[in-house]
Amino acid sequence: MDFNDSPEETEYRATARTWLEKNAAEHKAMNHADDMAAGKAWQKRKAEAGYAQITWPKEWGGAGGTPIQSVIFGQEEAKFPVQYGYFTIGLGMCVPTVMAFANDETKQRFVGPALRGEEIWSQLFSEPAGGSDVAAIRTRAVRDGDDWVVNGQKVWTSGAHYSDYGIVLVRTNPDVPKHKGLTMFWLDLKSPGVEIRPIHQMSGGSNFNEVYFTDVRIPDAQRLGAVDDGWKVALVTLMNERLAVGGASGASPKEILALAKDLDAADGPLIQDSAFRQRLADWYVQSEGLRNTRMRTMTALSRGQTPGPESSIGKIIAANVLQDLGNAAIEAEDQYGIINDPALLPLKGLFQGAVMNAPGLRIAGGTDEILKNIIAERVLGLPGEIRTDKDAAFKDLAVGR
Amino acid sequence: MNFDYSDDQKMLKDEARKFLAAKCDAKVVRGVLDNADRAYDEALWKGVAEQGWLGVAIPEEFGGLGMGHVELCGLAEELGRACAPIPFASTVYFVAEALMKFGSQEQKAKWLPKIAAGEVIGAFATAEGKGPVTARSIGTSVSGGKLSGEKIPVTDGDVADLIVVLAKDGLYLVEKGEGVSAEVLTTLDPTRSAAKLTFSGAPAERLGNEDGIAAMQAVFDRAAVLLAFEQIGGADKSLEMAKEYALSRHAFGRAIAGYQAIKHKLADIYVKNEVARSNAYFGAWALNTDAGDLPLAAATARVAASEAFWFASKENIQTHGGIGFTWEADPQLYYRRSRQLSLVAGAPATWRERLVSQLEMKNAA
Ligand SMILES: Cc1cc2nc3c(=O)[nH]c(=O)nc-3n(C[C@H](O)[C@H](O)[C@H](O)COP(=O)(O)OP(=O)(O)OC[C@H]3O[C@@H](n4cnc5c(N)ncnc54)[C@H](O)[C@@H]3O)c2cc1C
Repeated sequence: MDFNDSPEETEYRATARTWLEKNAAEHKAMNHADDMAAGKAWQKRKAEAGYAQITWPKEWGGAGGTPIQSVIFGQEEAKFPVQYGYFTIGLGMCVPTVMAFANDETKQRFVGPALRGEEIWSQLFSEPAGGSDVAAIRTRAVRDGDDWVVNGQKVWTSGAHYSDYGIVLVRTNPDVPKHKGLTMFWLDLKSPGVEIRPIHQMSGGSNFNEVYFTDVRIPDAQRLGAVDDGWKVALVTLMNERLAVGGASGASPKEILALAKDLDAADGPLIQDSAFRQRLADWYVQSEGLRNTRMRTMTALSRGQTPGPESSIGKIIAANVLQDLGNAAIEAEDQYGIINDPALLPLKGLFQGAVMNAPGLRIAGGTDEILKNIIAERVLGLPGEIRTDKDAAFKDLAVGR
Repeated sequence: MNFDYSDDQKMLKDEARKFLAAKCDAKVVRGVLDNADRAYDEALWKGVAEQGWLGVAIPEEFGGLGMGHVELCGLAEELGRACAPIPFASTVYFVAEALMKFGSQEQKAKWLPKIAAGEVIGAFATAEGKGPVTARSIGTSVSGGKLSGEKIPVTDGDVADLIVVLAKDGLYLVEKGEGVSAEVLTTLDPTRSAAKLTFSGAPAERLGNEDGIAAMQAVFDRAAVLLAFEQIGGADKSLEMAKEYALSRHAFGRAIAGYQAIKHKLADIYVKNEVARSNAYFGAWALNTDAGDLPLAAATARVAASEAFWFASKENIQTHGGIGFTWEADPQLYYRRSRQLSLVAGAPATWRERLVSQLEMKNAA
């Protein structure tokens, strides 16, 4: 075990740090359009310097680097106000799926622009009937010559309103069991018949959407994988999802420590309150545990092993710690804690933001319950859930609500 | 950066697991549990000494194998998994570590080879009653080289040949014999013995020059990392037992392992165990390199491992249902051990407090 950088890692970190100092421009609070422009500009700059997808092979615009290098860059980048969420789903999940299943021409056309932040991708899987039960989707695609005609509705699609392309999972055969009648496509979200309606979230933002399909024509050439074999393709996306959405940034024990020094509790600063200190210790243990677990995953990757489903623990911990930590902070503010105006709050309302965003983090990319099932079944080898839907034709199933 | 055991370290650990599977099954543990007059398993102690484990982190010049602390952590994990009923922790994590940290050349040369050879059992005597050990709670003192006072409880105090005693002004080495009397205590985990030690003018030799509490804490920091690995070993074994039982026990027409309440319980244990393991790895590195981060890393490892083992051992009993509450079922062995290991170097609450003060110091700098 060695938590120090090796000589090569030290050098890599120094180079990255120098590059960041020179290139990471100040991020000013601004409107969405400006923020998006700044995000895209930053992504382009990183791509040109080989920092956009460090572990991708050079032929696809990566740096052919190691997982540890990508961790190092991430650690250094986090020290600058230049983290944008626009590209996570595309580069973390959609484009890898395209790279695995599309023909060369499609890959040549799309990988580079996505990497340089010129085009943004969405993942269109979830539907009102199929969230946790991903394969229960009802959006229907019917073959018509060289095209497929798609009708139905997706929901909770993050970023669809500012995305250019998406990967979409649809039902092509309702007469067979549900996992066997799905097909995956990539599509242009500006295609005729695609209607995107942002959903107002409890956090106040509108980052996810309903997406309606009315007679949308998708050429068969945009198919990823075989007809009716889309589940296999979806699993590749979902596996990448677990790696991509591992963490939750935002409030950390360090930040709440700083807050607790400033806040007055009944008998002096909150940081002197022993009950508070005990809880703070537990959050720190969780956050550090998560950080070090990621490092273990990276070590496995860099030794050529595949990290197992144990990386599922990451999101369970991160989302729950964020929720509890944020809540402890606002409770510590006492009556003042009900305010949710960044201008009046410590750290621009970071903790209030954590409380209001954590519920989504515990759901997106697999709920706590689903992740625990995954751990129980795939890590511990316990029996699967009782299933009544395995052999029945999809059209005969009770789905949705 | 590298966050795992090396191949050699894994091999050592695997060998240790095999050795313990053969020499330390539940029967061996129960041989101590069921016999109030047995403090530890003598055959296992001898076997472990022959394997060289007692001296794994002791330098070769003092009769050890000179391998390092990561190797010792690996062994600790296996000893915890086997619930080994031997005075390993007292002798190695506390006394040998105290000697290596604070001992003079002569003290090291005199004691470490004997420890490595299994000729000497150690004990670390700090508490003098209820509550955390603080400067105020210590009555034991030394005058003219003679130590007087009462220590309760002292793990392995009844069988120790060499006792490191915390007195008002610092740590002292005391040998069993003149001026030392032991009264065996009944404890929550009879597989690890403890005693009340009374010192009445026992000849004592100063160990290091540090202030008492600071020196004790330095020893605790080192032991905490090693204990964390024992705790993780025990927690993993508890999870394994729960899993095996849940797969074999059928109720309402199927294995209880298929019920989500049980599946999620086991997943929760797994998550806590992995959090503890990741934190312990960081602790192992800090211990091995004696990094400035050791106090924070040790506290983090200890809090995580105490929580993990407690949770795993209690939910293992729950998963077993009624049989889990019987004397003949094995979950109790780990439940008892989880209490012993969580308290022996100070309670989790004390460590949480230490963790936060370390964090404050780090963030003030
Ligand atoms: C912020 C956010 C962003 C998202 N972004 C996207 C996106 O970009 N693209 C996309 O396709 N989807 C996206 N989603 C959708 C997300 O994947 C689903 O919301 C999630 O998988 C849960 O599905 P659901 O909402 O239908 O809840 P349901 O599946 O209806 O779950 C309801 C409750 O039932 C529980 N439950 C369900 N099945 C089981 C079971 N077998 N055992 C025990 N409990 C169970 C769940 O844990 C939950 O508590 C996003 C969601 C959020 C919140």
